[in-house]
Amino acid sequence: MLAEYFPILVFLAVSTGMGVVLLLAGGILGPRNPDSEKLSPYECGFEAFEDSRMKFDVRFYLVAILFIIFDLEIAFLFPWAVVLDTIGTTGLVAMGVFLLILVIGFVYEWKKGALEWE
Amino acid sequence: MPIVEIVFYLFSAVLVVSALSVVTSGNPIYSVLFLVLAFFSAACIWMLLEAEFLAIVLVLVYVGAVMVLFLFVVMMLDVNVTPMKEGFARYLPVGLLVALAMAAQMFMVIWTRGLETQPLPDPRPADYSHTRELGEWLFTHYIYAFEIAAVILLVAIIAAISLTHRRRPGTRYQDPAEQVKIRRQERVRLVKMPSERTGEG
Repeated sequence: MLAEYFPILVFLAVSTGMGVVLLLAGGILGPRNPDSEKLSPYECGFEAFEDSRMKFDVRFYLVAILFIIFDLEIAFLFPWAVVLDTIGTTGLVAMGVFLLILVIGFVYEWKKGALEWE
Repeated sequence: MPIVEIVFYLFSAVLVVSALSVVTSGNPIYSVLFLVLAFFSAACIWMLLEAEFLAIVLVLVYVGAVMVLFLFVVMMLDVNVTPMKEGFARYLPVGLLVALAMAAQMFMVIWTRGLETQPLPDPRPADYSHTRELGEWLFTHYIYAFEIAAVILLVAIIAAISLTHRRRPGTRYQDPAEQVKIRRQERVRLVKMPSERTGEG
């Protein structure tokens, strides 16, 4: 089985090597004569209004956490789909109950308006 | 198989270095990115154990989704490095206490169980499917745990919504459904008027 993943290993090695070579080449060959004006941050011609490290709205967090939950649900579906021919009705009912419980959560978040972007 | 060992030590080295960097790097964003690298190396080591489904799920769930979450948390913490370092002396005793407790726990585990070594499992036959085996165990022996996982996910949905969701009554936004439903009669009124001559001024 591992032999099938050998191309991915080669891919990882080549891409890592490529990244290192490109960074090194840029660092060694590129001209570099910085002064204080070049290094100072600028914002399209005027002085920066505020710090770029501002707080995010909590709504992004909610979207991310809901995404993770349904991502996990999908991750459970993959092995289920692979073994569906051997586990029979038990497996079908088990996944039915699993999905039913999560659909309750889905209906809750829909009705609560968590999917709305006001 | 020497190449497997070489790959194992390579990814282990990356894992240990990146895990150390998570703790030691000063910038929280760098820490989070090193955590991604640590998860990825761990997934590669799982792949060497022929646990392909678990390895890919680790990348998918942890690297994809949880890291998004971590980044959001880090960004919500107002990442300014200098004020974060201010409380160092004040939090040092508590931090040392936690570190000591964790070190003691690790020590006790090693003390009671010793540094056991597990032999590597035999290489699987070529048609072995890890996903299939995992599915057969999960949906026959561990159905109960599987349904509990669904309930835990439900609790997570409800907790996340009730903690962070709030109505914003003042905000104005477009509702495309309402926009589509509008009739011409509700917006435009045609008034019939007799034409009249304008007087000279």
